[in-house]
Amino acid sequence: MTEKPRVALFVTCLVDLFRPTVGFAAVKLLEDAGCAVEVPRLQSCCGQPAYNSGDRKSAQAIARTVIAAFAGFDYVVAPSGSCAGMIKVHYPALFADDRASADQARELADRTYELISFLVDVMKVERVTARYDGVATYHDSCSGLRELGVKSQPRQLLASVAGLTLKEMRDCEVCCGFGGTFAIKYGDISDKIVEEKTGNIRASGADTLLAGDMGCLLNMAGKLERAGDRTKVRHVAEVLAGVAAPALGEPGNGE
Amino acid sequence: MKPTSRAFKANARHALGDPNLQRAMVNLRTGFAERRAHAVAQLPEWEELREQAVAIKKDTLAHLDFYLEAFERNVIANDGQVHWCRDAAEANETVLAICRRLGAKTVTKGKSMIGEEMGVNDYLEANGITPVETDLGEYIIQIRHEPPSHIIAPAVHLVKEQIAQSFRETHRDLDATRPLNDSRQMCDEARAVLRPRFLAADVGITGANFLVAETGSSIIVTNEGNGDLTQTLPKAHIVLASLEKVVPTLEDAATILRLLARSATGQEFSSYTTVSTGPRRRDDADGPGEYHVVLLDNGRSALLGGEFEDMLRCIRCAACLNHCPVYRAIGGQSYGWVYPGPMGSVLTPSLIGIEQAGNLPNASTFCGQCESVCPMKIPLPKMMRHWRECEFQRHLPPPAYRLGLAVWGFFARRPALYRRIADVGARVLGYVGGGRGRFRALPVATGWTRTRDMPSPEGRSFMSLWAERQAQRKSR
Repeated sequence: MTEKPRVALFVTCLVDLFRPTVGFAAVKLLEDAGCAVEVPRLQSCCGQPAYNSGDRKSAQAIARTVIAAFAGFDYVVAPSGSCAGMIKVHYPALFADDRASADQARELADRTYELISFLVDVMKVERVTARYDGVATYHDSCSGLRELGVKSQPRQLLASVAGLTLKEMRDCEVCCGFGGTFAIKYGDISDKIVEEKTGNIRASGADTLLAGDMGCLLNMAGKLERAGDRTKVRHVAEVLAGVAAPALGEPGNGE
Repeated sequence: MKPTSRAFKANARHALGDPNLQRAMVNLRTGFAERRAHAVAQLPEWEELREQAVAIKKDTLAHLDFYLEAFERNVIANDGQVHWCRDAAEANETVLAICRRLGAKTVTKGKSMIGEEMGVNDYLEANGITPVETDLGEYIIQIRHEPPSHIIAPAVHLVKEQIAQSFRETHRDLDATRPLNDSRQMCDEARAVLRPRFLAADVGITGANFLVAETGSSIIVTNEGNGDLTQTLPKAHIVLASLEKVVPTLEDAATILRLLARSATGQEFSSYTTVSTGPRRRDDADGPGEYHVVLLDNGRSALLGGEFEDMLRCIRCAACLNHCPVYRAIGGQSYGWVYPGPMGSVLTPSLIGIEQAGNLPNASTFCGQCESVCPMKIPLPKMMRHWRECEFQRHLPPPAYRLGLAVWGFFARRPALYRRIADVGARVLGYVGGGRGRFRALPVATGWTRTRDMPSPEGRSFMSLWAERQAQRKSR
């Protein structure tokens, strides 16, 4: 038997703070796929808030801590297309003026993946053994879709979940309006964009909304809840791992 | 044009509350985005074509001086003239001087974004010359005294009832009881009104989609044929073009034309593609007596060799506008200057300064749709981020925002400390918000909670729970 690949989980700051359930779901999916999972202690955030606010120096400093924390693992996996994209696509560009760091960044980028695409593309997982009774629609988060090509992988695995029907919404590839600090700095515009999105979610007839990024999920869940909509909002990893927890924004969180 | 980009947020709020605009913007998706997707899907060589077009423009920009001088030589060889203008003021003076020399009273105009950049209509009017826009969309916004809201569909923010009303208010000599319910009727009316203006015009001004160095030609694409009447009937044809419009050969222009209409409107080709080379020749049946190219720099040459050079590849197809969720939400006038949407968010700060236009590159979710549909593969999000970096270095973002970012950054780069703070945060927020499962209001995120709830954290950080679980595993 070949040795299990050593996989480091990059938890992401939003999963860490808002929804540990997603982290544990990721660990379960990775272990089921035959990985030895570790969670490096010295991790915080990928640095996107600084990077996208024009604070390149802070982004570089944070990237250096990530590069150090995740050295030596076979793979680094994040339950987020946005954070994985930051490491995979943007870290190498971040150090254009620092050759040594750029090399390290590229080396890390080469073995970093978004969770679901890692399971399907690298670990060759074809199905999961989970059950979820409901009709779900899937939102393609921007970075995962356009930077990492995450599109068919979650749908392939969701198709193997017993009891689950997937119904596509209109414009599933259009941004939900989150955009990190954009959602607060330009709240009115962000709200208009997520209003379009929740309209499409409602029109799909699904009772559950799934996506692979906490930021988008918080935004869409927040908009649905304000409108009194009962659509359940979950990270796709929770459903694939079959873990039970109150959906985002439902009472029972924090207890 | 006087920028209002500083008031971007207020402009956007106004647009969000404008029911007509919101109704009109729905058409963007079906009218442009879906047609583009269809046209692109029909063309197996799409990606190769993009690569070719990018290579053409890269080569052109690397030797811009050479191609522009070749262009000028060939314009002169065809009895035309090129006027090199550093800025809008020089360009306006040049246009006015030609009009004055010819004793022009009215000027017809084809659509030109360079004309908008120059503010040429206002300038001519202030000097006693009447400009008449002949592109239907431009005509509509001219009679409404509005700036364009889109670079190829200037009146896309209006619904037809608004246009009918403007026609009734402007065309007062027509029967007040005439029906004006559909676009056909309005189109016919505009046509009838514009016909005598075409014939009366002394000078015709058009823009240019391409300047061809090898032939000294300018090329425009239109769907209404108004450009042809504008440029062939009067005594002189003035072409307004910025210097990055040049391509080496006709073949190069043809390659990029295959991308242009598909990206813009989903057409394979625009209804009219008009190549103009010099004034009327002795045996020509018609054509203008003079041919002038007003070649405008207006800050573009300063972009060469820098972070924003790629922006000079832009062919103004507007695909980035049509696919931008922010543009679709607020329309083009909110951006406060000539160029809206993602391409405007990069170009506008380059041309009018980041102090004026700082909001524009910030008002993006970085969703990346613009870059993925851009036929010229311009890395728009990357360049918007670069503008944010320029802003940050110059301490332009508000102090509260900078402070928040600095505090967050302090902890984020100290993971051991961060871990403890995150667990405390998760516990406190989870305790306060967990009962309901969400927050109706959060003081630091009012931009969010004014219109959306904030789901509550589960109550512990993942890192602390994981550490506990590992400890239990070991003790077993």
